[in-house]
Amino acid sequence: MSAADVREAITRVHRDEWARVVAALTKRFDDLDIAEEAAAEAFATAVERWPADGVPPNPGAWLTTTANRKAIDRIRRDSKRDDKQKQAQMWYDEPPEPLGAIDDERLRLIFTCCHPALAMEARIALTLRMVGGLTVPEIARAFLVQEAAMGRRITRAKVKIKAARVPYRVPSAEDLPARVSGVLTVLFLVFNEGYLATGPDTDPIRQDLTAEAIRLTRLMRTLLPTDGEAAGLLALMLLTEARRTARISANGELIPLGEQNRGAWDAALIAEGHRLVRERIAERVAPGRYQILAAINAVHTSARDVRDTDWSQVVALYDQLVRVDPSPIVALNRAIAVAEVDGPEVALTAVDHLDDALAEYHAYHATRADLLRRLGRSEQSRAAYDKAIELAGNTAETAYLTRRRDQLG
Amino acid sequence: MQYLVSVIADTPDANGTPDEMAAIDAFNDQLQADGHWVFAGGLGSTNTATVVDNRGAEAVFTDGPFVESKEYLAGFWIMEAADLDVALKLAAGASKACNRKIEVRPFL
Repeated sequence: MSAADVREAITRVHRDEWARVVAALTKRFDDLDIAEEAAAEAFATAVERWPADGVPPNPGAWLTTTANRKAIDRIRRDSKRDDKQKQAQMWYDEPPEPLGAIDDERLRLIFTCCHPALAMEARIALTLRMVGGLTVPEIARAFLVQEAAMGRRITRAKVKIKAARVPYRVPSAEDLPARVSGVLTVLFLVFNEGYLATGPDTDPIRQDLTAEAIRLTRLMRTLLPTDGEAAGLLALMLLTEARRTARISANGELIPLGEQNRGAWDAALIAEGHRLVRERIAERVAPGRYQILAAINAVHTSARDVRDTDWSQVVALYDQLVRVDPSPIVALNRAIAVAEVDGPEVALTAVDHLDDALAEYHAYHATRADLLRRLGRSEQSRAAYDKAIELAGNTAETAYLTRRRDQLG
Repeated sequence: MQYLVSVIADTPDANGTPDEMAAIDAFNDQLQADGHWVFAGGLGSTNTATVVDNRGAEAVFTDGPFVESKEYLAGFWIMEAADLDVALKLAAGASKACNRKIEVRPFL
């Protein structure tokens, strides 16, 4: 095996086994901090040893055993008390459970990291670290935070989990829907930050984040195969990700859906997304917001040409979404579809009603600007573009809005 | 595991209404029946507080609460709960019963 092969194997094993190793250790030692540190040390040992010794036949088991020893060493080192020493010896003598048997440990880990008693920022950081296996510097870069500050954020969360005794378990059936929804929110936020990255010096699309969000949502789908919203969110992400390369022009400008080269969309991701949407529709269970959003994206990605888009179907789906999620942002997106069915005048009236709620939201002004432009009201359109440009945080979006404004007659 | 469950009040009158008091009594009965009860009590208003500082040569007494704020501690429970999920669920019931915001903090 070449050095490159070993490196690749380690990367793959890290991706596939990190969460399992952390989850198994957390279960055994009842301590996230010990689990994280020991897992990191075990992977560091693999990086050191595998190039010379070769990749072990069962890398996951090797890593769990190694991490287990590292954890016990730390507990022995840290503890002067006899009972702890005895417990450590017992752990040492008793081999850890094989990985396959504890697959759902990862689910417990996810629920603990996304616990509602933690701040949203902490949930995101902890999930990417513990479940995703991203390093603290990687997470800090992803969210444009200083490494030390991100380290503190994660440490604080771990301390709270331990001191307040946030349980390490899958919530009861009664609490499960709300808690799953909380986990999906975390994953959707990670995806969105990747898809529409904010910050003047960031790439407009952060594929590392979208890929990680998709990977973790796939895991949720695997662990909760009957959950409609997990499937819906995965479909939504896939159908959005499929358009990624068509969404930014060569000179870094956002290309709106209607102007994208649909031949550049990823056919495999679209097929998988459509399959998931069809599966959910076949279930005949009232869909939640992610499933409806996925269905809307399925309509868009089914049209070979923007002129083939079934806009009345899109409006009907938004009507359904408004009932589940009556937020002003949903109303705004509904109005964009209404413009295609009933014309920009009707849509503008609907959009203007949202002024109070969305005055600080760039997409509100961008939508108004576009509708005003189509109605030939150039002066008002220009003012709306100005406001949208001022509020937009994504570099590709700013470039697009600026060109549109400058093209006004 | 024990948790301090604090009642946060934001009106000058900390006293509960008769309906609130009745709801709290019923809630407390349930806490005791389920084995979560350790202790509970309501507190006099912050006007009745005295701060004591005996870190120096002699004890200094100061009238008033240790911090002036719009929200203050009006009472508390100490509850026994297996973990934070259980404590949060109990605290949600406590908040409903006393019609106030609640803070949950673990004892060390």
